[in-house]
Amino acid sequence: MKHSMKVNLQVWRQKNTQAQGNFENYSVETNPDMSFLEMFDVLNEQLIHDGKEPVAFDHDCREGICGMCSMVINGNPHGPKQAITTCQLHMRSFNDGDTIVVEPWRANAFPVIKDLSVNRSSFDRIIASGGFVSVNTGNAVDANNILIPKDIADEAFEAATCIGCGACVSACINASAMLFVGAKVTQLSLLPQGQSERQSRVVAMVNQMDAEGFGACTNTGACSAECPKGIPLSVISTLNREYTKAKLNGI
Amino acid sequence: MKLESKIPEGPISEKWTKFKSTVPLVNPANKRHLEIIVVGTGLAGASAAASLAEMGYKVSAFCFQDSPRRAHSIAAQGGINAAKNYQNDGDSVFRLFYDTIKGGDYRAREGNVHRLAEVSTSIIDQCVAQGVPFAREYGGTLSNRSFGGTQVQRTFYAAGQTGQQLLLGAYSALERQVGLGNVKMYNRHEMVEVVTIEGKARGIIARNLVTGKLERFFSHAVLLCTGGYGNVFYLSTNAMGSNVTAAWKAHKAGAYFGNPCFTQIHPTCIPVSGHYQSKLTLMSESLRNDGRIWVPKKQNDDRHPNDIPEDERDYYLERRYPAFGNLVPRDIASRAAKERCDGGYGVGPSKMAVYLDFKYNMMQKYGRTEASKHNIENPDDATLLRLGQEVVKEKYGNLFDMYKQITDEDPYEVPMRIYPAVHYTMGGLWVDYNLMTTVPGLYALGEANFSDHGANRLGASALMQGLADGYFVIPLTIGSYLSGEIHTKAIPTTHEAFEAAEKRANERIQNFLNINGTRSVESYHRELGLIMWNKCGMARNEKGLNEAIAEIRALREDFYKNVRVPGTDKEFNPELDKAGRVADFLELGELMCIDALNRNESCGGHFREEFQTEEGEALRDDENYKNVFAWEHTENNKWELHKEELVYENIKIQQRSYK
Ligand SMILES: Cc1cc2nc3c(=O)[nH]c(=O)nc-3n(C[C@H](O)[C@H](O)[C@H](O)COP(=O)(O)OP(=O)(O)OC[C@H]3O[C@@H](n4cnc5c(N)ncnc54)[C@H](O)[C@@H]3O)c2cc1C
Ligand code: SF4
Ligand code: FES
Repeated sequence: MKHSMKVNLQVWRQKNTQAQGNFENYSVETNPDMSFLEMFDVLNEQLIHDGKEPVAFDHDCREGICGMCSMVINGNPHGPKQAITTCQLHMRSFNDGDTIVVEPWRANAFPVIKDLSVNRSSFDRIIASGGFVSVNTGNAVDANNILIPKDIADEAFEAATCIGCGACVSACINASAMLFVGAKVTQLSLLPQGQSERQSRVVAMVNQMDAEGFGACTNTGACSAECPKGIPLSVISTLNREYTKAKLNGI
Repeated sequence: MKLESKIPEGPISEKWTKFKSTVPLVNPANKRHLEIIVVGTGLAGASAAASLAEMGYKVSAFCFQDSPRRAHSIAAQGGINAAKNYQNDGDSVFRLFYDTIKGGDYRAREGNVHRLAEVSTSIIDQCVAQGVPFAREYGGTLSNRSFGGTQVQRTFYAAGQTGQQLLLGAYSALERQVGLGNVKMYNRHEMVEVVTIEGKARGIIARNLVTGKLERFFSHAVLLCTGGYGNVFYLSTNAMGSNVTAAWKAHKAGAYFGNPCFTQIHPTCIPVSGHYQSKLTLMSESLRNDGRIWVPKKQNDDRHPNDIPEDERDYYLERRYPAFGNLVPRDIASRAAKERCDGGYGVGPSKMAVYLDFKYNMMQKYGRTEASKHNIENPDDATLLRLGQEVVKEKYGNLFDMYKQITDEDPYEVPMRIYPAVHYTMGGLWVDYNLMTTVPGLYALGEANFSDHGANRLGASALMQGLADGYFVIPLTIGSYLSGEIHTKAIPTTHEAFEAAEKRANERIQNFLNINGTRSVESYHRELGLIMWNKCGMARNEKGLNEAIAEIRALREDFYKNVRVPGTDKEFNPELDKAGRVADFLELGELMCIDALNRNESCGGHFREEFQTEEGEALRDDENYKNVFAWEHTENNKWELHKEELVYENIKIQQRSYK
């Protein structure tokens, strides 16, 4: 087994949405092969043992796909490494004796529930406003009747890999959700299946995004830099283009 | 109660067609007054909720995550089967049916499995129509790959993220219905009781996980789409929150539990690295298309894998099973890995791992093709490897990245180290052809039911089953029950049955909080997992199972004396959620061991050491065990066994052979 290491944590503790939060300090014995969330498991085990309240944080798949985990680590959503989620971060990315600051996503549209857990239902409501193809079960034609060139299919797939984690919003000084919305709009605008609702979709989704209180985009690019799935900034240009076109058409 | 599978009469290929044209329907005006609760929003739940809402029913859907899009189905990697025969390689509905029954070691129902194979093709159509970006060929048609236990290419995929793309498709259909007001979505809610009135399911009690409040919900039918219970082993490839609670509460409310011990141990997972390990990560079965599995021929060989010459490697699957090679079904591949590691041939720091090596196919298969495509004459090894790596990167890039992230080793350069891990549960709530449990009005869909995979599931068939159940089966089969409920008015949740159910749930919660012991919930879960893995895992025997039962009982007793659950029930309290789930696992574990103990044969993933052939293969006993075990909960942790005999009229059952 690899050598053990010790880290000092400053963790955001907040009892509930209304409460004031503050940082608490902890120190944890860990080792380089442990994942960041396993290090939190160790911390929580310790806190429970000491009769204290464990730190609440969201997580489920622990393999970078469900989009549930969400910690801002030393100022970076999902931590210092590129293209991974919090749950994919390992302690080998830190050094013995490091101090690590851990906070929740911060955005008005993502209120804190407790400690490091936030409410991201606003993302669901954006999808419900138009992020779909309106096709009831049973109405489909044979799949190979819809031919899609490989490069288009691949591009749509890249956009569709967004895990809805919200790191883009957290990274943005304006708390904008353009990268998230752009990813869905891009996927569906590229595909033949998405054409009939192409214009109404983009307008509905942007309206909902605004209604949820997400900020405007000022092209800082922080969202894409912090996105664990590497969703490119070009989806935002696509979103802008699609939106303008729809508006010009009076949608 | 006598178990009635309700399989329609007639020849196998006409059963579903006939059923569809004769099942009672509910007219649109009545549908609006019928309420359906769907617990779970994975592939099964999201597809069911969306489809039923489209039909006009009033639907409420529940999940414990913060969004329906995060159900564990999101993590499925490799692909989804369908009998499309797009590759013109001889696939057909019958062949998919046959492969699934055989793969399940002849412990699944013919009628259900044939229906599954029939609707498989419509699933792909539906998903494509929703905009699911499956992998495609240059000409624009859909691409396929192979999975274990079959000799055709029928698996559709979206890189290594097939589950994600399918779930996002179903989720978008669900959210569309939420937006239209046809589905009311309750996220961060956990079902903790099924409410029955006069023997029928009439609703649920769910805990709002943010406020801690217990809430009551009435419905005319309840659908449990709550996934599998592999986390009873603590370490598994399931998500951390996956649990048995919903199915277990249904079981206690009268639903029989089918084949609880049928567990799938997946052969290719990243091995355990330390005592702090919280879960295991799968490396998709699709990798076995291009990866060759081997161990050194010498025991305790500590050389670096790249330094071990070809003739000192034992490609044991290719050696033992020449017809299927690296693509034998999962149960067989897992046991073969265990056999090698137990024999001292394992590799890596723990010696509990085997190699999954891509070098040969990267160079010889893809490297050579690419070289000839680019007119490179006599390519050297380095060129072949480079060209091959690019192809492999496109096919499995995300999996290779995941592997590297976790192990800090580069699988393009060094073979992966893999070992079997708990992955899927074939067992689940017993259901009839309509997917109804033994409680009228209570249904189970997807991994939560026991129905289609017998004693071993073939790869890429769970996604198929979840979506088949949700999109195409339940929308029709539910009519045969709900058509009799059109006169049932909504029952107020002040009814005494709701009162009593809420009281039960509340008492359990107060009990957890009041124990105030010294041990964390997690520590009990780990200990239970270890018992299950060692004694009810890849190999089982009578002595071990009896010990396990005693140990689980003792552990359960200790849990109720010494567990510490911090916080209160009036707030967001993940430890309290976990306490409820682990308490249920502590009961389920015992039933799994009892089930395994009573099944005196080996079949599929259930390997009883006492029953094996001379070559170490599973030895079935069709005379006595060609049946489903369905357990009835009679009183506190006591069960009565019922059996459903399986009838094979269209497939000749034989000793399963992949040699
Ligand atoms: C890592 C991995 C890879 C896989 N890859 C493949 C593959 O390539 N091909 C394939 O065919 N299969 C694969 N499988 C299997 C397949 O993914 C699952 O069997 C399938 O997705 C299960 O779907 P489901 O809808 O039944 O349940 P799930 O997707 O597990 O959904 C369960 C739902 O129930 C909810 N829930 C559970 N309990 C409660 C409760 N008490 N109250 C409220 N809600 C509750 C959850 O919130 C969730 O929404 C894989 C499995 C794993 C673990
Ligand atoms: S765009 Fe990237 S950061 Fe934003 S929600 Fe999607 S995956 Fe997360
Ligand atoms: S826990 Fe699922 S992405 Fe991190």
